[in-house]
Amino acid sequence: MSTALAVRGLVKEYVRGKRVLDGITLDFAAAGMTAIIGASGTGKSTLLRCVNRLVEPTAGEILFGGRDIAPLKGRELREARREIGMVFQEYNLVERLTVMENLLSGRLGYVPAHKAWLRRFPQQDIDRAFDLLDQVGLTGFANQRADALSGGQRQRVGIARAVMQNPKLLLADEPTSSLDPRTSVEIMELLCEVGRRHAIPVIVNMHDVDLARRFAERIIGMSGGKVVFDATAAELNDDELKKIYGGASWLA
Amino acid sequence: MAGLTAPAARLAFRPNWWARIGWVLLAVYVVYAFGRLDFNWPRFLVGLDNGARFIGRMLPPRIAQPDSLLKGLTESLEIAVLASFIGIMLSLPIGLFAARNLMPTWASWPARALIAAARSFHPVIVAIIFVKAVGFGALAGICALVLGSIGFIGKLFAEAIEEISLKQVEAIRATGASFMNVIAFGVMPQVFSRFIGFSTYQLDSNLRNSTMVGIVGAGGIGGTLFSAFQRFDYDFVAAILLAIIAMIMVGEVLATWVRGVFLERGKVDEE
Repeated sequence: MSTALAVRGLVKEYVRGKRVLDGITLDFAAAGMTAIIGASGTGKSTLLRCVNRLVEPTAGEILFGGRDIAPLKGRELREARREIGMVFQEYNLVERLTVMENLLSGRLGYVPAHKAWLRRFPQQDIDRAFDLLDQVGLTGFANQRADALSGGQRQRVGIARAVMQNPKLLLADEPTSSLDPRTSVEIMELLCEVGRRHAIPVIVNMHDVDLARRFAERIIGMSGGKVVFDATAAELNDDELKKIYGGASWLA
Repeated sequence: MAGLTAPAARLAFRPNWWARIGWVLLAVYVVYAFGRLDFNWPRFLVGLDNGARFIGRMLPPRIAQPDSLLKGLTESLEIAVLASFIGIMLSLPIGLFAARNLMPTWASWPARALIAAARSFHPVIVAIIFVKAVGFGALAGICALVLGSIGFIGKLFAEAIEEISLKQVEAIRATGASFMNVIAFGVMPQVFSRFIGFSTYQLDSNLRNSTMVGIVGAGGIGGTLFSAFQRFDYDFVAAILLAIIAMIMVGEVLATWVRGVFLERGKVDEE
């Protein structure tokens, strides 16, 4: 299978000399779900945010769509970003906007400023947004304000917003960490389905190892800013988990 | 440590000697200032007597010059509305530039300096300066109140922006939105209701200030009021004051209505 995203020697230092990401090199196939696991503070979030450049990488290449997007600036960077959907742990919906406005904000990379200020979105985007609301099970919620929704509903809106972008890659930064176990499973199912339906790769940061095993074909384990495990879900055993998280007493 | 001597009571709060010295100094200064100024009870009683005579001459209020009263009032209203409109429009970009969480230092520093400069003087002083600069009349008043509005709204708006949730902004940036689109969908929704609050408050305050800039010749009812004072037409003064109170009250009602309209709109969808 061809490669959708490749990261080469990615380094990030928030403070000079302190490497949060220490030379990450990874290839991601053009489809399928990859879970990234690892203790808090090992740079999982930073890795995802470097890919869509919400965080500036210190060194390294990010090959996406046939070019290195690490050095891009301004318009070129925005054009690369709009092809990468992102789902957040705390949903990051614009609280005071309606569900529909939040969904349409996924099209902001394509809509000129004067139309965005006047809320003039193309009809096809609006139709698509209504279809997506049906798909994520939020029919009839279009005019609700985002802050009136429950956590699970918000995350569905967050996923729909990312899908509105027609992304070629979907990133999810701990999308289930703020949700109850049942809703977590539903959200993971939704992410899987989105990946399949649009035939795009999905990369998910997560803390729940069981959930990762259940949904991801491939699991990447990170520790200290480095990749220490990279194989199929079946190959992730207790020894590997000790390597990723350190210690053993937490393994029941 | 403990056991060698009787254990000293442990203090939950450390004594703040600087604060105590500060309070003592303040008390000493208040007593000193009382002594310096002619501020005492007999003087107050003399003043009360004078005040009673003054109020006696104000009653009943009499509209001596209806034309000049009406002209002054409409001019004040125009000054207030124009100054608020222009001031708010200018404050939007200035406040945005001054917000340190969204803007680089090279942009926020000059904007903050401008706001600080606009805030340093009372509108009367600014009005005097503008009367000297552009001549007597409403233009000077409008300029003075525009500057005051920038100082007030610009600062509050910048502070409101600095308190927003950057997570929401991050999500909008992640969609590939341009800077203006990030402002439209990530920033404005978070600050809009507060901004309407600031703006209506500023309109209210400009209404009040517009009645005063006339005293220094910058247009509006203040000029009429001042000349009535100088002619000792205290009954006309009373009429003008009542008219101003009425205008401020109408302004208050209007501001409440504007708030209601806009804040309601914030919830309604576009369709």
